[in-house]
Amino acid sequence: MVVDKLSDDEIDRLFQALADATRRDILQRSLTETLSVSRLAGSYEMSFAAVQKHVSVLERAGLVVKERRGREQLVRTDRDALQQARRALDDLEATWHARVSRMADLLSADPGTTR
Amino acid sequence: MSITSVEKDYDTLTITLIADFDAPTERVWQLWSDPRQLEGWWGPPTYPATVEQHELTPGGTVTYYMTSPEGDKYRGWWRIASVNAPLSLEFTDGFADDEGNPMPDMPVTATIVQLSEHDGGTRMQLRSHCDSRAHMDKLIEMGMIEGLTEAVGQMDALLAV
Repeated sequence: MVVDKLSDDEIDRLFQALADATRRDILQRSLTETLSVSRLAGSYEMSFAAVQKHVSVLERAGLVVKERRGREQLVRTDRDALQQARRALDDLEATWHARVSRMADLLSADPGTTR
Repeated sequence: MSITSVEKDYDTLTITLIADFDAPTERVWQLWSDPRQLEGWWGPPTYPATVEQHELTPGGTVTYYMTSPEGDKYRGWWRIASVNAPLSLEFTDGFADDEGNPMPDMPVTATIVQLSEHDGGTRMQLRSHCDSRAHMDKLIEMGMIEGLTEAVGQMDALLAV
């Protein structure tokens, strides 16, 4: 979720999604664990269908993703963070590429005498 | 080309790199153990590194800064986990503030370097693990979502009046 790149429509959906205590609670809980819709439904005094609807609103806002595992639907927070982490790893690779080539340059300038 | 192979594991956020150098192991080790030589490769030429503290002992600290073309200094630190000269080195590194203290919210990288003789030269195997996912998770957990939900909570409260 990159807030500065959202369109007005997306921001509306985001705030709509967040403007409900149950949905905020679902969001908080799916940050720390991956829960099935039925497990979530068990925690609230409302129907399975109602909870599923809340999850759909969150999903449309791009705040959670649903995954099907067997007969269960799992809800977890969508992590743009994962993308960020991938980028961090790509950066780290580029950094080490450059470092190794500088190491090689230093070694060819002064290969040492112990050999 | 010195790099023989690079593997990236996006699940564990670990990079494994193998590089072969045409120099003896002792010589390659000096690139790590001699602060003046470390300065020659750790930072890019445009951001040259200056190593201040350099204690390659278990629990020891390396501190350095890199100087930008504009003259700004960016500080970093290493914490040494283990050393076995001239064969292996294990350390974590990260960014530091102006006083050289590690910055708690910045990503930290844990690296293991192993040197061995290979084809008359030296093979360097390096495994580097970045914990930025944990950091991003934490940022999201602590800041972004919380900030948004708080803001919306306040809106709720205002609307309820």
